[in-house]
Amino acid sequence: MVKNAPALEAKGIEKSFGGVRALRGVSLELAAGEVHALVGENGAGKSTLIKIFTGAVTPDRGEIRLRGELLEHNSPAKARSLGFAAIYQQPALFPDLTVVENIALGKETGKLWSKVDWRARRAHASELLDRIGARVRPEALAGELSMPEQQLVEIAKALDTNASVLILDEPTASLGDRDTENLFRIILELRAKGVAIVYISHRFEELGRVADRVTVLRDGQSIETRAMAGTTKEDLIRLMVGRELETVFPPGENGFGDIALEVRGLKCRSLRVEDVTLTVRRGEIVGMAGLAGSGRTQFAEALFGLAQLDAGEVLVNGKAVEIRSAADAVRLGIAYVPEDRRRHGVILRMPVAANTTLASLGSISKGGFLQFAEEQKAAAGYILRLGVKTPSTDTLAGNLSGGNQQKVALARWLMTQPKILILDEPTQGIDVGAKMEIYRLIRQLAANGLAILMISSETEEILGMSDRVAVMAKGRIAGILDRANATPYDILELALGHQVAAQ
Amino acid sequence: MKLRPDREWPGLIALAALYIFLALAAPRFFAADNLRDLALSNVSVLLVAMGMTLVIVVAEIDISVGSLFAVVSIVCGLAAKAGIPIVPLALLVIGAGAILGAINGGLVSYVKAPSIVATLATMVAWREALRWMTGGAWVEGLPGSFQWFGLGQLKGEIAIVGSALLLFAALWWASRNVAALRAVYATGSDSEAARLAGIAVTKVVFWVFVLTGALTGLAALLNAVRFSDVPANSGNNLELKAIAAVVVGGTPITGGRGSLPGTLIGVALLGSIGPALTFLGINPYWEKAIQGAIILATVLFDAISAHRIRALNTR
Repeated sequence: MVKNAPALEAKGIEKSFGGVRALRGVSLELAAGEVHALVGENGAGKSTLIKIFTGAVTPDRGEIRLRGELLEHNSPAKARSLGFAAIYQQPALFPDLTVVENIALGKETGKLWSKVDWRARRAHASELLDRIGARVRPEALAGELSMPEQQLVEIAKALDTNASVLILDEPTASLGDRDTENLFRIILELRAKGVAIVYISHRFEELGRVADRVTVLRDGQSIETRAMAGTTKEDLIRLMVGRELETVFPPGENGFGDIALEVRGLKCRSLRVEDVTLTVRRGEIVGMAGLAGSGRTQFAEALFGLAQLDAGEVLVNGKAVEIRSAADAVRLGIAYVPEDRRRHGVILRMPVAANTTLASLGSISKGGFLQFAEEQKAAAGYILRLGVKTPSTDTLAGNLSGGNQQKVALARWLMTQPKILILDEPTQGIDVGAKMEIYRLIRQLAANGLAILMISSETEEILGMSDRVAVMAKGRIAGILDRANATPYDILELALGHQVAAQ
Repeated sequence: MKLRPDREWPGLIALAALYIFLALAAPRFFAADNLRDLALSNVSVLLVAMGMTLVIVVAEIDISVGSLFAVVSIVCGLAAKAGIPIVPLALLVIGAGAILGAINGGLVSYVKAPSIVATLATMVAWREALRWMTGGAWVEGLPGSFQWFGLGQLKGEIAIVGSALLLFAALWWASRNVAALRAVYATGSDSEAARLAGIAVTKVVFWVFVLTGALTGLAALLNAVRFSDVPANSGNNLELKAIAAVVVGGTPITGGRGSLPGTLIGVALLGSIGPALTFLGINPYWEKAIQGAIILATVLFDAISAHRIRALNTR
């Protein structure tokens, strides 16, 4: 150990995945007893950096020093033994094990065949849970707990490791106010004990409360590290975005056409969509905001014929229609570019061309037989039109960058010649440059007369792109705002509205 | 979709190596008689493995094909003895296979039973039902007009091998050129993504099982015409042979990829081992061990290449 060395130091970290440079030079210094905030847009490289710390990903270049000593051949097991602990946005407990078992997992004391002292473990788990103020039954199966409860168990687990470096990746995303307060108390306790803490969050007010310093990541680079005191939200946003807001979002149109899509009282019990009423006009972009779990994706799936509707009416171009399957929806000119492109938006193991034509195989086949020449022509056309960066139409979609995969997903649905386009988190996990291109494309499509419903969890994106904003909460439309008078505050208030009312 | 030959190569290289070795060490292996026997005895496996390829591509499995083959073989024998003419008889037999396949397909795609469990259930059910109904008795004395389709042995053999190869070529071509079969690959690659792309995933899975049933029915017919009896235990281990051929042919058991030429290579490779041992004068008891080693080698190759791909794609 080197004296006075920082608890954790990363220098010039670089990492590429395939052709995508996720990190292109990140440096970070973390002192013992410091809470160091890490901020950056989605895709700025935060998750990759954390994965490098926790040994899940090996960097291409750069070095990591732990208390001054070079950390080599990192692996998850090694990182844990060196005192790294991490809490992620999404809890990752074993659902079929109890809370006690989850907490005890990986802490076996070397005596492989000795009897497990369940009584002691249960007592220990209870003590940990009490310490963080979690009201969770230690005997409960982790899979039966709610998201926030699972997150609390994760926090208890991390506490139990006596970590010297604790990484918190949006730990409060699923926590309520009381649990968040408890977490902050714990964080400050740990800081006092000399634990070095990396704290990732999009909630600036949280950063102001717990963080000592903040490092901004942008496009895989560390842009600046500064003291949190005296740093305003605007400062951080400016550093994160790297350009003024207005230039990110292309200007909108003003004139809209007729109502293309009208939904009245849509209800789908199986997806927990309770009551959705809204309209989208031709040429209009309606943004759909709401908290995670508010039912936006579920509404889109119900509308797209992926589940049985229980009540409500759908009108396309003023005519009442029945949508029983995705095929019906496509026939009516509705297209749905789903969320989570990396998993289900494109088929990673299929070539770009096959991905592009997958929803319109009929239009490139004669009598059920595929016409390859037409397929290639169509795919090449969309590649050109959307500016997809791909070596060829035969490249597997999995080898493209996130932004380009999203464009392929978009191409697939544009090829169905839709009148109504539903986009679910269209820029999730793609870099800022690709984002701007996607925004421009969406604007262009709207200008060409498409009615667009854009689901997004990024308030900035909602405000920048939408002509009107529909806010969902608990499966219902909580309110619809005009572009002119929508503010982040209004959106959040509506998104939280039902929860506040319910308490 | 373009054929990606990298996955078929290990099987093809192994097959080529085996044949070159045989050409040097036991050239009698390539005598017309032996090749004819080899082709005839592997027609059933090939037809079943063709269906199995699609079942595995769609990321399912069907272990009931052996039992299904047995049931349909008995049906075929009884129908032949009842004097049903060959064309309606063929339709009956293939139809029976398709119906049994539809039961598998219905259980998997509509009831949502995991295919290994659903087809385990039908595997046991058909086999035991057959034992119960026939009491283990063979169907004996098939009419001469039924044997070799009444064409005589030589023409009959040509008809059997020829129709199997024709069907193989047709399905291979279709797997690359028919829109519906691209939906099979899409479903196997990522069924959720396929569903969101508007593909009727449940229907795709259902019809793949039906097709496999029908192909198994045809296999039973082409097998039955070669003999004068139908044994009660026909089709034993057929599912294992078919699955092994598909896997050795480069179709990953996780689905989404795989090709019919690969399966043909797999059938040829695994089917040649036994005769090859005979001609080389090696104890034929080694057959299963060598086949097992080939399957193991395929799995290892798969694991290594999967590791390589993962290294490229992880984020």
